[in-house]
Amino acid sequence: MSQASAEIIRISGHAGSVPGSGMNREFQVCKLIDTTTCIGCKACEVACLEWNGYTFTETSFDNSYQTMPDTTWNYWNLIRFNEYEHPDHGLMLLMRKDQCMHCEEPGCLEACPADGAIVQYANGIIDFQQEHCIGCGYCMTGCPFNIPKFSPTARKVFKCTLCNDRVSVGLEPACIKACPTGCLHFGTKPEMKELAETRATQLRDVSGFSNAGVYDPSGVSGTHVIYVLHDATRTEAYGGLPANPRIPWTVQLWKKPLRWLGNFAMIAGVFGVFIHYLRFGPKIIEGDDGKLTPTPRPSEEPRLGGKA
Amino acid sequence: MTNGWVDIKNTDMMLIMGGNPAENHPCGFKWAMEAKRNRNAKLISVDPRFTRTSATADLFLQIRAGTDIAFLGGLIRYAIENNRIAKEYLVNYTNAAFIVKEGFKLPEDGLYSGFDSSSSSYDKSTWNYQEGGDFSGQPHAAAPPAHAAPADAAHPATPAPPPLLPPNVAYDLTLQHPRCVFQLMRQQYSRYTPELVERITGIPKEQYIKAIDLFTSIRKDGDMKKAGTIIYAVGWTQHTFGTQIIRTAAMIQLLLGNVGRAGGGVNALRGHSNIQGATDMGGLADGMPGYLKVPTPADTDLAAYLKRTTPTASKPVPWDSFNYYSNTPKFMVSLLKALYGDAATKENGFAYDYFPKVDRDYSWTHIWDDMYNGKVKGMMAFGMNGVMIGPDTNKNINALKKADWLVVGEIYPDETSEFWKAPGITADEQKTINTTVYRLPCAGFAEKDGSMTNSARWVTWKYAAVPPPGQARLDQDILAQIFLRVRDLYKKEGGKFPDPILNASWAYADAEHPSLSQVAMELNGRTLADQKDDTTGQVVLKAGQQLPGFAALKDDGTTVCGNWIYSGMWTEAGPQCQRRGTEDPSGLGVFPNWSWSWPANRRILYNRASCNPDGKPWDPERKQVWWNEAAGKWAGADVPDFKPDSHPKDHMGPFIMNPEGVGRLFAPIGVLADGPFPEHYEPFESPTKNLLHPDQSTNPLVKAFKTPYDKLGTPEEYSIVCTTYRLTEHYHYWTKNNPMNVQLIPEPFVEIPVELAEEKGIRGTDMIKVISARGTYIAKAFVTKRLKPMMIDGKKVYQIGLPIHQGFRGIPEDEGRDARTPANLLTPAVVDPNAHTPESKGFLVKVEKA
Repeated sequence: MSQASAEIIRISGHAGSVPGSGMNREFQVCKLIDTTTCIGCKACEVACLEWNGYTFTETSFDNSYQTMPDTTWNYWNLIRFNEYEHPDHGLMLLMRKDQCMHCEEPGCLEACPADGAIVQYANGIIDFQQEHCIGCGYCMTGCPFNIPKFSPTARKVFKCTLCNDRVSVGLEPACIKACPTGCLHFGTKPEMKELAETRATQLRDVSGFSNAGVYDPSGVSGTHVIYVLHDATRTEAYGGLPANPRIPWTVQLWKKPLRWLGNFAMIAGVFGVFIHYLRFGPKIIEGDDGKLTPTPRPSEEPRLGGKA
Repeated sequence: MTNGWVDIKNTDMMLIMGGNPAENHPCGFKWAMEAKRNRNAKLISVDPRFTRTSATADLFLQIRAGTDIAFLGGLIRYAIENNRIAKEYLVNYTNAAFIVKEGFKLPEDGLYSGFDSSSSSYDKSTWNYQEGGDFSGQPHAAAPPAHAAPADAAHPATPAPPPLLPPNVAYDLTLQHPRCVFQLMRQQYSRYTPELVERITGIPKEQYIKAIDLFTSIRKDGDMKKAGTIIYAVGWTQHTFGTQIIRTAAMIQLLLGNVGRAGGGVNALRGHSNIQGATDMGGLADGMPGYLKVPTPADTDLAAYLKRTTPTASKPVPWDSFNYYSNTPKFMVSLLKALYGDAATKENGFAYDYFPKVDRDYSWTHIWDDMYNGKVKGMMAFGMNGVMIGPDTNKNINALKKADWLVVGEIYPDETSEFWKAPGITADEQKTINTTVYRLPCAGFAEKDGSMTNSARWVTWKYAAVPPPGQARLDQDILAQIFLRVRDLYKKEGGKFPDPILNASWAYADAEHPSLSQVAMELNGRTLADQKDDTTGQVVLKAGQQLPGFAALKDDGTTVCGNWIYSGMWTEAGPQCQRRGTEDPSGLGVFPNWSWSWPANRRILYNRASCNPDGKPWDPERKQVWWNEAAGKWAGADVPDFKPDSHPKDHMGPFIMNPEGVGRLFAPIGVLADGPFPEHYEPFESPTKNLLHPDQSTNPLVKAFKTPYDKLGTPEEYSIVCTTYRLTEHYHYWTKNNPMNVQLIPEPFVEIPVELAEEKGIRGTDMIKVISARGTYIAKAFVTKRLKPMMIDGKKVYQIGLPIHQGFRGIPEDEGRDARTPANLLTPAVVDPNAHTPESKGFLVKVEKA
């Protein structure tokens, strides 16, 4: 729901060309989260709330340092804590900042039927435009990371905007600004990828984390939020980070083959009716008086469904 | 900190122990992460719990709270045995080669030589250096071993006047003399074997060796290139032997040649933005501004005080010692001039008689004990929440019940100003409490200007963002009102001794509202007369000008200075503490033009020791200071902490604040109350006897208080070791007033091991009671794998921990939560004999389901 002026390249549920596309080739932005230097201080959580104007949420202690069990429609940024017994490294306290991953192939956008409710900017940011949101919640099923959340009061869906309003005027996202340890980085995708790979190499070569790696899942054609993990073979240990996220097959089926099939069926139906008309002519209905009268032409019909 | 926050990025090795910087100093912790990322530095975290610092560590060891000296002593032993020591540094920059007096005895039985059991104190005359010359390479077979008490060790019934350090110290540069400091130290810690360390600390031997091997690996084969740092916080100070834990760390850093070096040092992380400033200004009962010693009744006049407190050099004859504290008279006289202005004259000893003399211990726990015993009738509490701070909160609340009055200056209603509403005090009892409480609305941190001194000694000016709301006033305005009205009363009514109040200097432009800029200028100091250069006779400072630094101070009453170490913060060139230059030519994070650092804008203390004896940096890639032969001067990226023109050939010691000129592995007479070398003692409440000397389990110098609240528990009844700590989500007792923080950690909890939870049938989020001999704390259980049961001398011991933040007073968002008992209900008021810090880390409790 931003008022940003960045270039839009895709629009949900929108037929025809995207206005202004191809006019201004922005670089692709990326947030790098190095979980190996995260200290779980939650400065990013508070910065997110404050920048986006959200306030106090009632929480309760749940045998964890984690603020709440899951992100909510007005709490977009949550560090997930996990006390994990690693077979090689012993006890680890894994802390992963969870928020929208800004997928290159966004399941939310794919699933959304509302024209203009979800856009993907040229810089990679996926942004929800709540004024166009119809509150159907399809984006929630489309997301492999369980990120979009429904607000029962606004009856619309909300999520992290990657601070598109800040980024489009040359600032870093609020979470990046607040991070005290430099565990969060922001820049272009190639830069962040390189930084992440360098760190992962260091972790493998120097720190003894032989499975350290970068999380930039190919199932959604990469993300604009990437992680460095101590052990990239155990992504689920990081607060349920999916190993191989994909857009759900139901959404894929519905939005691609089924939609195509549906469109075909509709066009074929209309075409069939037309052929039928040519071949058999207008349908004759017997009147009460036994006389045959032609059905009225569409232009003459007063209202759809007006007849029994 | 000997070094600074930014300097941590220069390190190769970090031992973080007694502190949890990731959670409690998150902004500073970025430099630890930088060192890891940019230098492949290693981080070892030793803590009673696996913390968020441990989460980023290369190695984590779970230690039993209060056994740090055993851990560190074993490290000293390992470093010596494996030649992982800085030999050249050790010989030239420490007192390793100094020979200790005959008659000195190591504490094989838990006691050093000179212990008097009737007064629980030491006669320290044997804790001294032997007088004499060079013993290097001389035979010394006849010297008696230091473990056996010598026959003539019997001390006189009446203590002799305090002995002085000899000017001419006997030494053995080969470090072979059996009574040289190095050999005594080796002997002392030879007892701290990995096996013993395991039995005491609960750290399995293999893990322990891995850790100490990793830490000492920076000095493999004595190579001096690398540097390691030791980082700590109040987890080391809050013990009955806290000062000695820090001493052990200092000894390790001297032994490994890490002091004075970029990426090295002994680094205390202070828990508030300006706690360093408070200490610098004499915030402790036994100190004055700039760490001058407080006068006692025995110091009958200024001359006597200066004689006692001004040291004379004590060193091997061929060496040189700057002995900077020989300037003590200049510091003291300038301070008296700042306090008493024109009333301080040469004739009246600069009004020394006005200054209060400290006749006994007035430290924190004594104030409460005195209030409980009716000796202290009232208290002014500004910027601190005494009830929550504890220790032994119940005792403090009961002391406040007996007080006549209490003034609290705060921005929120707090537990101290509402002590009479503490849990357990009934409405009927509340009616019987007659303490008058005055609550003064004060200004918050963003509403006042002034300087803050951080852990790195950087004095940084801050500006007020907004004015104080409503009737809230600035602290200095409140204090000015009190002072001016008390002075008026003295003027009108007289008194026993009104002079110190009537003559106190109050030379601020607006007496009712003193400006903190003027206070800062007063701290920096100015000259009252024209000052001339000693050699040229030229006037270098005109009367009335701000001093350029403490080197300009005089002992003749012609300079005024409120705090000698702050001299230089606000000079004729302007407020140095307001500088914001971001240039860092050396790349070492010195930032010489950013704010101002005491002393003399030096960023790393003792930086002469970053060079070898010839004046060349140990590591050419981290050049801090060096001897410039052509200029005949010390130069550097940092301000040299040394006499600028002392040629390396003069062999002046780099530790210029010590009369020896060298670092003290052995702390001679007068430095510490409880021993020249640290020795492992058990906490006052411990699950085990001291395995080194069961008959002397605890620190022999600790004296217990005697009120009914001063109870200690036995391991038979209270078998669980408990420690307290802070969380990153909260700031002491304030942020429970801020909804943003409250939602992050909404409720108090107690971290307990999974195994203990199973044993007691406790599940996570169940309400539990933690009971000590002094009180009961109620909160939800946090069942965690991050605390494991430990084997202490073959016995299974559980360790638990609880955060200190929540109390019985907060905001609506915070209310309606269960149990609001202060954590310090549990802690004992037993204190370290040197720093008087209570033992809040490591006491005994039992756990029950609530």
